[in-house]
Amino acid sequence: MKIHEYQARALLAAAGLPVPASAVIDRADQAAAAFRQVSAPRVVVKAQVHAGGRGKAGYVVLVNSADEAARHAERMFREPMVSRQTGPQGVQVRKILLAPAVEIEKEFYVGCVVDRARRTPVMMASAEGGVEIEEVAARNPAAIRKAWFHPHLGLQRFQAAALAAGIGLHGEQAKAAADMMLKLAKLMIEKDCSLVEINPLVRTRAGEMLAIDAKFNFDDNALFRHPDVQALFDPHEENPAELRAKEHNLSYIALDGNIGCLVNGAGLAMSTMDIIKLHGGEPANFLDVGGSVTPEGAVEAFRIILADTRVKGVLVNIFGGIAKCDVIADALIKAAREIGFRVPVVVRLEGTNVEIARKMLKEADIPQLKPAADLTDAAKLVCAAV
Amino acid sequence: MSILVDRSTRVICQGITGKAGAFHTRQCIEYGTNFVGGVTPGKGGTKSEHGLPVFDTVHEAVEKTGANCSLIFVPASAAAAAAMEAADAGIALVVLITEGIPTLDMVKARKFLDDKGTRLIGPNCPGIITPGQAKIGIMPGYIHKPPAAGTKNVGIISRSGTLTYEAVWQTTQKGFAQSTCVGIGGDPVKGLNFIELLDLFEKDAETHAILMIGEIGGTDEEAAAAHVRQHVRKPVVAFIAGRTAPPGRRMGHAGAIISGGEGTADSKIAALRAAGIAVSESPATLGETVAGALR
Repeated sequence: MKIHEYQARALLAAAGLPVPASAVIDRADQAAAAFRQVSAPRVVVKAQVHAGGRGKAGYVVLVNSADEAARHAERMFREPMVSRQTGPQGVQVRKILLAPAVEIEKEFYVGCVVDRARRTPVMMASAEGGVEIEEVAARNPAAIRKAWFHPHLGLQRFQAAALAAGIGLHGEQAKAAADMMLKLAKLMIEKDCSLVEINPLVRTRAGEMLAIDAKFNFDDNALFRHPDVQALFDPHEENPAELRAKEHNLSYIALDGNIGCLVNGAGLAMSTMDIIKLHGGEPANFLDVGGSVTPEGAVEAFRIILADTRVKGVLVNIFGGIAKCDVIADALIKAAREIGFRVPVVVRLEGTNVEIARKMLKEADIPQLKPAADLTDAAKLVCAAV
Repeated sequence: MSILVDRSTRVICQGITGKAGAFHTRQCIEYGTNFVGGVTPGKGGTKSEHGLPVFDTVHEAVEKTGANCSLIFVPASAAAAAAMEAADAGIALVVLITEGIPTLDMVKARKFLDDKGTRLIGPNCPGIITPGQAKIGIMPGYIHKPPAAGTKNVGIISRSGTLTYEAVWQTTQKGFAQSTCVGIGGDPVKGLNFIELLDLFEKDAETHAILMIGEIGGTDEEAAAAHVRQHVRKPVVAFIAGRTAPPGRRMGHAGAIISGGEGTADSKIAALRAAGIAVSESPATLGETVAGALR
C-alpha cells in the first residue's frame, strides 16, 4: 500500500525526524490562508497524487505570494494531472501540500527496504539525492552505501554513523543524518514497511539537515496489525475494477490489451498473458481467481473482465488442482446465464475433474464458448477471435 | 532416490483440525504419505478425523510420534510463529503453505530456522512431492508419474503453484517421471531456493534433468544461472513467467514485482541462456523443452 507525501511527512514528523512544517488543503480557497500559515518567503505548492512526474506536469510549483498559491491551487484542483505515469486521462488532484521552499545546499538520499537476496532489511544512503535511487543504482552503484541489519536488533548507531560518513557528512550534520537513519529504520520495522525513503534529505544553506520529501510503501500482508496505517489508504488512487476484485478475493490488474484472462494461480496467470502476447495478442488484464475459487467468485471475475469495454475476447485457463474444473465449468455456465457473454470465451481446462467439466460445458451448449484442446490452441483461438 | 522427502518421512500437520489442514491431510494420506499426527493448540489428546493423534504443541508431537517434517496450514498472522515452533521442536523440514505472511515475520522466522538448522519450503507454496512416495502439500497427486525402471526423471523447482502442475502434467504426458517436485513459493523472503535445490538434484542419482520455473521479481534466477554454470552437470531447463508484466505492479505473488529496474523476465532469461540453460519460450512447451534437453 502506498500513501501520499503529506501523510509520509506526518509519519516522519511523528517519529521525531526534522520535517519543515507544512499545510494541506483540499479546496483552492484555502490556499491563501495556508500560504500565510507556512510563513516562508517562498512556498512550494505540491499536488498530492501517487503518480510520479508531478514536476514536469506543472503540479509542483514555487510561489512567492498567497495570490499565486491560490491561482496554482485552483488550476491543480480543476485540471487532472497528466504525466507519463497517469495515462492520457490523468488523475484528479484532491489534496495539495504547501511547504516552505528551503534554500538547498546539497541533496542526499536515505532509504530502507528488505533485501530479498540477503533476507534482511538494508539501509541505503547516497550523496546523489533528489534523483530516483534506481537511476543511481544503474549509473553508479558504488555511490550507494548499504548497511544490513537484524529486524530485532535494528540499525546500530555505528552503522548509521558509517553511512553518514560514507556520503561525505561530518560533525553535527553527520550526527543529524545518522539520527534520522536510526529513526527511519525503527519506523520501517514498527510499521511493516516494504520501503521507506527520504529523498531528498537536504543540507540547507544554513547547514541544517532536513527531510524534504518522503515515500512509504507498506506490506499489504501486515496491514491487519496496523489500523493506523490502514486509515491512510486513499481509494481514489486505486483502479475501481481492481478494488472491486480485491473485495472478492480476486487478484486483478488492469492492462491495455483486448483479451481478458481468467486463470487460477499467479504464475499461470502471468504465463497466460505471456502466451497471448507470444501469439500476437494483447492481454487486457491479469486475473488470478486463487486456489479456493467459488462459483460466485468466478462469476464476479467474469463481471469485472467483461465490464472492460475494450475486451473483445476472453481466455479461461484453469489447471484444476484444489480448484476443481467442474466448479469452474459451473461458474462459466452461471456467468453465461447471468451476465451473458458479449464476446467469444475460449476455455482451456486441465486437471482435477476435467472430464466432468467438459461434459457439463458441452451439455450447456453456450454458443460463444469455444473449448480449446490445449494451451497453445487456446492462445491461438483467442488471438484469432479478437 | 529423491530429494528431501520419501516414504520414510514422518509428517505432522500444524492446523490439522482446520478446514484446509484436515482436507489436505486426508489427500496426503490417500496418496500414501506417512502421516503420524497433528497439532492444534487446545485440542491435544483428541483424535483427528483421520484417526491421527492431535497434540497441543509440536514438541509433544515430535516426542510421541518421532515426526521429522511438518506441513503448516496456520493462518498468516500466526504462521511464522508456527514455523519457529516446529524448528524449536527439532523438525528437520517445515513445509509452509500459508499465503499472506508479513515479510518481516518471515525475515525473523528464517533467522530462527537457520539457527536451528531446520529447512523451510515456502511460504505461499504448494509444498513438496516425491511421486509414489510422499505428497506433503496441496498439489493434485495423480498428475505425477513415479520413477520406475527405465524412466527418465525430472526434478522440478518452482516459484508458482499451478504452473508447477502444468510442468508436471506436460512432462508426464511426454513419458517422463518426476523424482521430486518442490514449490518454493511466491514470497520475497522464503526458505529453500533454486541454488540449494539444484545442488540436491545434482547429487540425486535418480534425477536426470532439472526444470526450474521462475518468475519476475528479485534476482534468484540470475544467481541460480551463475550457480548452474559452475556446479551443475545435469541438463537444466527453465521457464520464466511474467514477460508481459508491467513494472511496479505485484502480480498476484508478493514476490512477483519488477522494482527499481530489477527482476525483469528478460534479465532472468538472458542470464539463464548465458549459462547454457534451455529456456522455454511458451508455458505450453515445458515438456518439449525437457525432452529436447534429455535427447
